[in-house]
Amino acid sequence: MTKPAQKPVLEFGTVKPGARPWAPLEERPKCCEPRPFVRTEGLSVFYGSRAAIREVSLSVNRGCITALVGPSGCGKTSFLCALNRMTDLIPGAKVYGRVELSGEDILDAGADVVALRRRVGMIFQKPNPFPLSVRRNLELPLREHGVRDRSAIEEKVERALRDVGLWEEVKDRLDAPAQALSGGQQQRLCIARALALDPEALLFDEPCSALDPLAAGVVEDRIASLRGRYSVVIVTHNLAQARRIADWVALFWMIDGAGRLVEYGSSKAVFEAATHPITAAYISGIRG
Amino acid sequence: MADALTAPVAATPARADGALRETAALVAVWGTAALIAGVFLWILGELVWNGVGALSWEYLTSAPREAGRAGGIAPILVSTLAILGVCLAATVPIAFGSAVFLAEYTSDAGRFGRVVRTSLDVLAGVPSIVFGLFGNAFFCRTLGLGFSILSGGLTLACMALPLVIRSTEEGLRAVPREYRMGAAALALSRTTTLFRLLLPAAVPGLTAGLVLGIGRALAETAALIFTSGYVDRMPSSLLDSGRALSIHVYDLSMNVAGGDRNAYASALVLVGLLLLVNGVAGALSALWRRRLAAP
Repeated sequence: MTKPAQKPVLEFGTVKPGARPWAPLEERPKCCEPRPFVRTEGLSVFYGSRAAIREVSLSVNRGCITALVGPSGCGKTSFLCALNRMTDLIPGAKVYGRVELSGEDILDAGADVVALRRRVGMIFQKPNPFPLSVRRNLELPLREHGVRDRSAIEEKVERALRDVGLWEEVKDRLDAPAQALSGGQQQRLCIARALALDPEALLFDEPCSALDPLAAGVVEDRIASLRGRYSVVIVTHNLAQARRIADWVALFWMIDGAGRLVEYGSSKAVFEAATHPITAAYISGIRG
Repeated sequence: MADALTAPVAATPARADGALRETAALVAVWGTAALIAGVFLWILGELVWNGVGALSWEYLTSAPREAGRAGGIAPILVSTLAILGVCLAATVPIAFGSAVFLAEYTSDAGRFGRVVRTSLDVLAGVPSIVFGLFGNAFFCRTLGLGFSILSGGLTLACMALPLVIRSTEEGLRAVPREYRMGAAALALSRTTTLFRLLLPAAVPGLTAGLVLGIGRALAETAALIFTSGYVDRMPSSLLDSGRALSIHVYDLSMNVAGGDRNAYASALVLVGLLLLVNGVAGALSALWRRRLAAP
């Protein structure tokens, strides 16, 4: 055995003890004059008799990135799923309260779920491209929603793929199976698939947590680039990620056996001047 | 928990002892596999050895004479294929519909779905002679179809259905939940999701079930004696009685003195047919899968 290299891998000496690992939050670009896109009022989600979230009132602002943070099991995903009625697919899930989108309650029995999900797309934790070719993954939803014209489809496919920075990588193998793409590419394909339908908002459920750090970084940049054009709500376990990309931050916490919203405000306010003791503890890394 | 962590790891067995056990396990595993393969090859070899001499184009295309001791099996082959056709025509659509219903419209825990599933599992284990009696009572008498290819095929369909339904359902259920979630999030309709995403993914399950079902149907004698009969004339319609290959084999070997050679030849044809059906089913399912996934 040779002696291990003497050079230290990390120059710990350059980081002063007690220093925060991030720079102070700069002021966000002015996309975020708070104009509500979707507003919840007293939203509760129950699985059977167990409350996943209780009485959450929150207004998501148009054109901004809103991060939902908090420990596992505190109802972030349940909240997200209620925003486009994906809760309908979960057996035994019941939703109470109001979710208002353009003044209409989408929880109403008569609400048009198809129209809702076209306006509010969703991207999941695990990339879920369909077992079809790259092109067909985008074509299928487009055709389903009435885009039949070949050239219109081509154009939308290309635009969506360019939007997620995937076009250059896949333009020569559009007919290859989507499953052959790497994890990060698959996730970007899923984002493109949602974008192709021209939604107004996108919901992300921990979109980076199943990816390796490099791919996660690329996906994160793409999500950040949606700011201003789409309203984005992203669930993340990664506080640093929330800090990097979010304009607004909502902290969920488990209180009395149900997920509650404990703090909601601009990223700057939550990260630098938290009002709730739980938030302060969570942000500084004492809890969670 | 703490105990498990702190307890000393069990001593590994002495090297020689471990090696001996490894070898014994290896021999046992390979031995059983070889035994199974050996039995199959023995049967096949026996059939080929005894039957291939009688096999010829003439044999496949001429009518049997002297109760099958001489002549060929043309009408029997036609009847067999007709029975199989009726069976498939009834099985595929019904199995398909039921499987989609069970997998997509009932939950695992729901009472109705559970009752249907249990009944299917019980039906799959019912002895074929019971299906034969049922087919005779229902198709032949109640529906007045008499001893006919139609009665036989429908009875076989009843036998094959539980197998095919359950394996198609399993195939559909094995489709990852992510596809359904993704499809719902894109507001795809239930039919699009089913036909474009779920069915192509479930085709292997459907094919596996179908091959099992066809195998069971082709091999069937007991159920057919009571329903399609054993007249060995060339059938002129589905309402004619017709003798299936398996019944022909049975008849030649049990009831006809000196029919052994032709019994072997017929059995060889039956096995060949089975292999052919398996191959065609595999090829069709590959083709169909590509077609469904294409625009």
